[in-house]
Amino acid sequence: MKILVTCKRVPNPEQKLKLGGGKIDLTAVTWQLNTFDEYGVEAALRLTEKGKGGERSGEVVAVAVGPKEAAQQLRGVLAMGADRGLLVVHDDGGLDADAVARVLAKVVEREKPDLVILGKQTVDGDSNQVGQILAALLGWPQATFLAGLRVAADGKSATTTREVDAGVEEKRVPLPAVATVDLRIIGKRSVRNEGLAGPEAEWEETQRYASLKGIMAAKKKEIRELGAAELGVTPAPLMKVVGYEAPASRKAGVRVGSVEELVAKLHNEAKVI
Amino acid sequence: MGAVIVFCEASATGIRSASLPAVTAAAALAGHHGGEVIAVVAGAGAGVAAAAADVARYAGVGKVLTFEDARLGVPMAETLAPLLARVVKETGATALVATATSTGKDVLPRAAALLGAGMASDIVRVDGANRFRRPAYAGNALEDVEIGSAVVVASVRQTAFAPAEAAAGGGTPAAKVQVGVVGTIDTLGAEVVSVQATKSERPELGDAKIVVSGGRGMRAGENFKGLEELTDLLGGALGASRAACDAGMVPNDLQVGQTGKVVAPQLYIAVAISGAIQHLAGMKGSKVIVAINKDGEAPIFQVADYGLVATWETAVPALIAEVKKLKAG
Repeated sequence: MKILVTCKRVPNPEQKLKLGGGKIDLTAVTWQLNTFDEYGVEAALRLTEKGKGGERSGEVVAVAVGPKEAAQQLRGVLAMGADRGLLVVHDDGGLDADAVARVLAKVVEREKPDLVILGKQTVDGDSNQVGQILAALLGWPQATFLAGLRVAADGKSATTTREVDAGVEEKRVPLPAVATVDLRIIGKRSVRNEGLAGPEAEWEETQRYASLKGIMAAKKKEIRELGAAELGVTPAPLMKVVGYEAPASRKAGVRVGSVEELVAKLHNEAKVI
Repeated sequence: MGAVIVFCEASATGIRSASLPAVTAAAALAGHHGGEVIAVVAGAGAGVAAAAADVARYAGVGKVLTFEDARLGVPMAETLAPLLARVVKETGATALVATATSTGKDVLPRAAALLGAGMASDIVRVDGANRFRRPAYAGNALEDVEIGSAVVVASVRQTAFAPAEAAAGGGTPAAKVQVGVVGTIDTLGAEVVSVQATKSERPELGDAKIVVSGGRGMRAGENFKGLEELTDLLGGALGASRAACDAGMVPNDLQVGQTGKVVAPQLYIAVAISGAIQHLAGMKGSKVIVAINKDGEAPIFQVADYGLVATWETAVPALIAEVKKLKAG
């Protein structure tokens, strides 16, 4: 099967944000692949494998919408094992989820994958929208926030596990479909292509890291750059960020010396128990 | 400008409490749009009418539209998004909102796309007909956003708006309810095969007045037993950090943080949680924060009102004993 997986670069979330004058200064940040997208890559690769380190069948295409520098993160994904990359060159800023989804929809029309996998959200914008919008634009079913993903042996449907407020939901969607993944997707037995891997197949409980061999191989893999115009789409955001403000910070309170003191304070001072 | 549609989820007994803050946000937005608030309730069976009657009681709700059909029994984006988009078009509404629950997050962006509308996720403030404030970067920045499309869509952060209250005087709620025409439903072949309900006597994380959370330092799932006992003693909900969920100690639906649930209880007790940015994003709106950690340098202490440097092994049993003593009065 052919899988398209999205790979957005985001500022390293551990860095302190430089916020001032209603703007965020991103000039000095280091960039990395959005964690949930990294998990999506792991899921996509597993769907093309017979098991951990096993034979592969199928194709994983990594796609990014971003500046030319985003090729660095795409190269990292190719080193993990993805087959080729597509970079739709555009400024990082100025695009909302709708605009990104419209670009991706054109990529999907071109590539005709069986499945599109995205991280459930990016950890900078925190919007959690692109996958759902993309599914709507394509008229495809969607399976969001996945903790599990099993593609049927005939490749015609996927049975997914979703952790929803009501509990654990099992949702079956015919393919092609759009899937967005959550943390648990990297569990040992969370993802499997029944056409390739048996029920005993399992993987490491983590996303894979690039091996030296993978890094060498990635140098020869193709990353095709193209403009949005080539895809026949002019990205225009429906939502614009007009300003930023730092949230009010919380002050550290007091240290207590014992559990007795803590409970007394919670009861008499804070009056919360 | 037109009406504001608020999608309300039904519970077994009426409107789901998680939807009440969205009613409040819808009423605030309706002030800018100049139209009424129309609540939409969809589902299967007699519960729909019961939920609609419940929704009609709340202040600010002008009308309730119900859609009852066996195929709407389990919420699915494939069926709900087109239904909501159609309601927006047919009523000439200019806004659509819902709480950012797992259903809201799944359905609203799809509905927005069908309407060609821009959407703001997780809004914490309504600043105008098309202007909202929302957190980004794990809550380390607040964004002011403007939506340029004719229809605006927003998901509402549950903890940022007060739950709607029943209207004073009561009025005639039943007169507000209208049965809508379900029309064509196309599931696109998608089907919810099963839902394994979480069995818990505890309040939902989003509604709980007290939340007790454990982190990576708990080391193993069985060590959460003490936290569970403490939680039940306090009548609260159990939470966990992403690290604890990632390690498989507890189910992911207990996760509090940027990528889990956002809570703002009266009291949040963080046990053996270091306080990573992404965890703080999910709980720093709590009224009172207690941190218990053996590492006195842990970042969690920087946001805690009360900090106790101790291991969970000693602190949790002692807390249980103290709270019991207090309850025994």
